[in-house]
Amino acid sequence: MTSASPLTLNAALPDQGPAQRSAFADLSQETLALTRRLFLQLARRPSTLVAGVLQPLIWLVLFGALFAKAPEGLLPDGMSYGRFLGAGVIVFTAFSAALNAGLPVMFDREFGFLNRLLVAPLRSRSSIVLASVLYITSLSLVQSLAIMVTASLLGYGWPGGAGLLLVLVTLLLLVFAVTALSLGLAFTLPGHIELIAVIFVANLPLLFASTALAPISFMPTWLGWLAALNPLTFAIEPIRAAYAGSFSLQAVVLEAPYGDLTGLACLGILAALAIGLFLLIRPVLDRKLS
Amino acid sequence: MIHLDQISKAYGPVVALDGLSLHVPAGSLYGLLGPNGAGKTTALRILCTLLAPDTGGVRVAGIDALQQPRQVRERLGYVAQEVAIDKILTGREMLLLQGALYHLAAPHLRQRIDDLIQLLGMAGWIDRRCGTYSGGMRRRLDLASGLLHQPSVLVLDEPTVGLDIESRAVIWQVLRQLRDAGTTVLLSSHYLEEIDALADRLAILDGGRVIAEGSPSELKRALGGDRVTLRVREFSDESESARVQQVLQGCPGVRQVVVNRAQGHSLNLVVDGEAVIEQLRRQLSEAQLSVFSLSQSRPSLDDVYLQATGRTLMDAELEVVGNRDPKAERKQAMR
Repeated sequence: MTSASPLTLNAALPDQGPAQRSAFADLSQETLALTRRLFLQLARRPSTLVAGVLQPLIWLVLFGALFAKAPEGLLPDGMSYGRFLGAGVIVFTAFSAALNAGLPVMFDREFGFLNRLLVAPLRSRSSIVLASVLYITSLSLVQSLAIMVTASLLGYGWPGGAGLLLVLVTLLLLVFAVTALSLGLAFTLPGHIELIAVIFVANLPLLFASTALAPISFMPTWLGWLAALNPLTFAIEPIRAAYAGSFSLQAVVLEAPYGDLTGLACLGILAALAIGLFLLIRPVLDRKLS
Repeated sequence: MIHLDQISKAYGPVVALDGLSLHVPAGSLYGLLGPNGAGKTTALRILCTLLAPDTGGVRVAGIDALQQPRQVRERLGYVAQEVAIDKILTGREMLLLQGALYHLAAPHLRQRIDDLIQLLGMAGWIDRRCGTYSGGMRRRLDLASGLLHQPSVLVLDEPTVGLDIESRAVIWQVLRQLRDAGTTVLLSSHYLEEIDALADRLAILDGGRVIAEGSPSELKRALGGDRVTLRVREFSDESESARVQQVLQGCPGVRQVVVNRAQGHSLNLVVDGEAVIEQLRRQLSEAQLSVFSLSQSRPSLDDVYLQATGRTLMDAELEVVGNRDPKAERKQAMR
């Protein structure tokens, strides 16, 4: 205990805070500080980042090897299995990362850190959600890029300039949608055990019931329908097309049982899904953060 | 400075607050005393805008906390009971985060953090990760984050529970300095001595409402009389104590006789002055009862509590310990 003057405590109490600042300055200050916290956590506990890259990497290597000797011409356009798989694993990477978006929020709820945020005069409590979205978006894009680089080193190709843009836009839309879902769960489920259980259960079936590992033409009718309705498929097919180089938003990328879908249609569905989910969870967030 | 007006709050069937009214004058150090489960934490959560009351009004510095919670949050520092801390961050990083949430400008914030590190003696460990902190360090860090934005009202929920003596002394000293510098400080505690030593005024909470209010000396004086603690045997059983109670009850000058079950069924008496004591001794020997010990004192806050609730604070504590449901309590705190 040093003998600092008591005056340093609360001196002449200005009843107003510092001079009136713009809402935008306040919002960006609080959002940045919250995002910074999440990145500090990541930097000091990088296992999330590493595991998030390692798992899809193992998929890529093992699954790629499993079907390495598949007969030529088995897949549409004589694609090799590795090339086919690449798009699926990239999407899976982003998907898994985004599915975990709710976990830090859930821990903050459970351990009372959220209450600390809620007694602060935040300009808007959406900054808490915004920080999560910023964090998880950059995390999942970095992880996906790591997988893309590895895939190209394995000889599974690399999308050209415009293709790369398409890949990133597609991933972004998917990540937004899944993040919204995960945040909604984080605010409705009772605890992290339940959240982890849901993530665990949702993860693999969604992968298998998509076109990540096999085209719809390989599947029995019922599974084909499931895959053609699975949001992952709407992300995988445009990316696969971008990798194939025949890159045009007007080209048909998915021959679904209910009709053909162009790349543009896939992106539209993903965008609608992301917006829809954010609208859906909004009342939950409003209630929990009010 | 703080006005709680007829606040009621229930968690399902459990009534936590039952028409609680509280008025904390500006610049005072105000104590909220009561056993666990009396509603202290719920009252403070409502005051800090974390919780909406079912009915009733909350005003802080003239601002309606239910209508304009953000303006109230700007003026209020809150040191919660369960210290929520990010173990991965250092103490300084926690303070920087907190400062940003209160929109403090960077140069000012850094200076402020340095001042608080000095004041609370945190220099030795502030750049270590919070996960390594002791309870006392955490509580000091929490106090610092409550003070960062120079709030005009500081609210602390049981700030010294389970703390080492040094941390407790530091916190007490800072609270006094704050009050002297004009800050309104409201703290809850279930330590009588703490409230007695610190508070200018206090309210005793029981069953979700205020049952006594005033300055410690006021309350004690209002009680009047001398306290006598009497044992006829080192450990009496219930029936013997009941008999003694009967014998003494009718004595002139004896205002009240209560059996204190928490302390070997000793008897707590309130009497009018010295003369009554001799009378007591006579009465006891006539009834063939010996005196193992007899002590006499001025009323304490514990007596104030006993008078107001009909039980000692310790009894009330023991009663609720068994009934506490940590899981339900965590749920209440969770969003």
